[in-house]
Parts: sequence; C-alpha cells; structure tokens
Amino acid sequence: MCLGIPGQVVEIVDIEKQLAKVEISGVRRQVSLACIVDNEHPLEACIGDWVLVHVGFAMSRINEDEAKKTLELLMELGEAQKEIEAMSESLSQ
Amino acid sequence: MKYVDEFRDPELAKHLIREIESLVVQIGASENEPLQIMEFCGGHTHTIFRYGIEQLLPKAIELIHGPGCPVCVLPMGRVDDCLALAERPEVIFATFGDAMRVPGSQKNLLQAKAEGADVRMVYSPLDALELARQNPSREIIFFALGFETTMPSTALTVLQAAEEGLKNFSLFCNHITTVPTIKAILDSPSMRIDGFVAPGHVSMVVGEEPFQFVACEYKKPIVISGFEPLDILQSIWLVVKQIAEKRCLVENQYLRVVERDGNPVGLKAMAAVFELREFFQWRGLGAIEHSGIKIKSEYAQFDAEHRFTMPNLNIADPSLCQCGEVLQGSIKPWQCQIFGSLCTPETPMGALMVSSEGACAAYYNFGNLPQVMAAKSNREQSTTIS
Ligand code: SF4
Repeated sequence: MCLGIPGQVVEIVDIEKQLAKVEISGVRRQVSLACIVDNEHPLEACIGDWVLVHVGFAMSRINEDEAKKTLELLMELGEAQKEIEAMSESLSQ
Repeated sequence: MKYVDEFRDPELAKHLIREIESLVVQIGASENEPLQIMEFCGGHTHTIFRYGIEQLLPKAIELIHGPGCPVCVLPMGRVDDCLALAERPEVIFATFGDAMRVPGSQKNLLQAKAEGADVRMVYSPLDALELARQNPSREIIFFALGFETTMPSTALTVLQAAEEGLKNFSLFCNHITTVPTIKAILDSPSMRIDGFVAPGHVSMVVGEEPFQFVACEYKKPIVISGFEPLDILQSIWLVVKQIAEKRCLVENQYLRVVERDGNPVGLKAMAAVFELREFFQWRGLGAIEHSGIKIKSEYAQFDAEHRFTMPNLNIADPSLCQCGEVLQGSIKPWQCQIFGSLCTPETPMGALMVSSEGACAAYYNFGNLPQVMAAKSNREQSTTIS
C-alpha cells in the first residue's frame, strides 16, 4: 500500500477524469494522473513518462536526471575509495 | 523496472558501508554506546530486513524500527468498528488486502468475510468508487488508511464522488499523520535517538518543510530516503555524516521522487476534504494528540462515522503484548514474551506482527539472528507435541 511501483504511461483513457493506462511490470492498469499534471505538464505530455503508482494514483514523476546523479555520486565514492586504497598501498610498500 | 535494479548494486553498497564504517570510527561510537538511528517508515523496515542491511552495518549503529506501518498501529477498537460496518446487510465493505488480517477483539475482516459479510479486497479507492456506481442499491464503505502517502488518493476519490453526486459511497477514515507522531517519539522520555531516516513517500506528498522541526527544534539530523537498499544505505551514511560534522539538517536523498514542495495537487485535495482529529488511539502507543485525520463536515455525507453508528469502543491491547516497548526501541522484537510463540505472522497478537512491514514480522520472516531462530524452533517443537 505505501510502497508504490514504477510504471510507464502508455495511453490516455479519459481526459476529463485524467485517467491513463500505465504499464507496470508488463501489466497495464488504469491509473489516475490527477496528481502529476499541471499547466506546464498537461495530460497529453505524460505519455512515455515513468511514474510511481500508489493505490491507483500516479503520485510522482520519476526524475531520470536526479536518479542518474545519485548513482554517479555513489560511483565516484567508489573511485575515491580505490584511490585512497591505492595510495595507502603504495605508501606501505 | 526503472531505477530498481540500479539501486540494488552490491558493489556500490560496499562503498557506502566503507564510508559509514570510517565515519563511525571518527565519531567514536561503539557497540556498547551505538548511534541510534530510527527509520520511521515500515517500508524501510521491510527493505532493511529483506536485504539484511542491519548485518552489513557496523555494530556501532543500532537501527530502531519506527511505528510507520499504518496497518500495524490500527487499534482493536477501530477494527471492531470495521467489522460492525461490514456485517450490516446493506454494506459492501471495501478494503486493501493488507488490512484483512489485523486482529479485532473477536475476529478479523477475513473471518467476517468467511462468515458471510460482504468484504471486498480492492487495489485502489477508485475501485471502491466503481463498486458504488455498479451497485446503486448497496452502501459501499471504503476503509481508508495510511499516512500522507495514501491521503491524496482518498481525498481525490471523495471529490470525484461528490462531483458525480454518488449517494451510496462513504469512507471509514483512519488516516494518520506523520509529523505529530515523530514529535511524540521525540518527546518520549525513554527515547534516545541520534538521527532519522524519514519516510520517502510521505515526503513525496508533504515535501521537505514539515520535517524542519526535527532539525531546528530537536537538533537531530533527518534524511528523506528512498526504498531500495542503496537508498537506505546512502541515507544512513548522510545521517552519520551529519553527526560527524555536527550538523543537523533536513536532507533529501530521494530527489528522483521527492520534490521540495511535495505534491501540490495532492495537498490541495487533502486540505479540501480532511481535518485533524483532537486525538487518535494507536495500537501499542496510546493516544497521540492531533495524529488522526477525519473528514470535514462539508463532506459529512461521505463520512461513514457520520452516517452509521458503530461501537466506537476503546479496547486495550492484549496484556501480553509488548509492542509499545518494541516501538520505542526499549526491547528488541524477540525479547517480547510472546514473540514466535503466541504471536506469529499466521496468528498475530500484536500490531507489529500483522503486516510484512511490521518490525516483528520482519524479524520473524527474515531475521536469522540466533534469538529469532530459537523462538521459531521452540514454536515448531510445541506445535509438533500438541
Ligand atoms: S511479538 Fe507480537 S505482541 Fe510481541 S511486540 Fe511483537 S507484535 Fe507485539
């Protein structure tokens, strides 16, 4: 109930009620997009969006840039660690 | 699936654990005097157990599992009210599957269904609305529960019902709100928490601002976190880093989902439909001021509490239950006197055993600690003897 599942918007079903079909792990479900549309991002623009679905409502658009940034940061952390290790190894030689 | 596998990468997890280890040494925390970090949300508790995150962390970090599972904290009296509603002949009682096994004082919803009550499992409140359209001669009551994560969905469903002028749809509203609950935890005298991992999906709705008081007034670091193993490790790292650097801020690890201001459409719908209750009773924690949510009088025709009479009793938790102590972190689940014996996921006595997000169920299902194994094998022996 609280966890939410990522899915991709594939088709608008009802413009007035802001309903769309979202593909979640290969299954298509009717989902309300009411919480993620605004003037800047109208209903029609949602096709192809990755969204997080909770109890039949898309509650957030998944921001791909931010996801990539987080992962990059974690990878850099690993690089830095490797350098420090290499440094301390060469020092101890 | 989008950004699920990426956030489970074991190599990246190792980096984070190494960073956490070196910070913990720097802080000087030890197994005897560990840093106590609370993950508030049951979804986080679930991931922590599923992936054995506790065992990966240095012993100088102790995770305290918070009360953030809305199914688990529902008190018996409210379950009895559900049963009273569900057993009315004109009623179709629609509920999420998670809530079917929460024990009432006599039985749960699953048993009521077996005895003939018309209880339907739904995935979304919109499914309950559809039941109302299709069954005009019946009364459809949707059992609304959850923290802020699920509140926009029920609020929007009520607004939709109002727009369509549906007369046979109502909510039995058991929503609870996060901030007063965190406050109650921080004010509890037996608590000694050094930092928080804040609920990601509640934050997705409410934004960062409501958590500022934790950093500003209580001077505790708090990090909004996603639900994959790397999210949680990174959030713990950020909490520990703040402690090491003697800072306390609201940080947002879950930027791919949580926007600073939350979800404006959801918040607007919630403000239109809901208001705070004076008090709400929690299983294991007692009454917490302003922690419950009810429907505003403008929408009273969609409020099951307004439209139907129900027992509305305050029923004390079973005396053997020690859920309160577990929730406050003063004992570990396996130290509860009935853990694994009278209280198991199949026959839950206490709240924390009910859903897979409860701390006791998580320990029982995934915890391969010696104490947990002992409790389980005791149970197996006693069932084979009887
Ligand atoms: S074992 Fe059962 S009664 Fe004991 S604390 Fe856990 S959920 Fe509560």
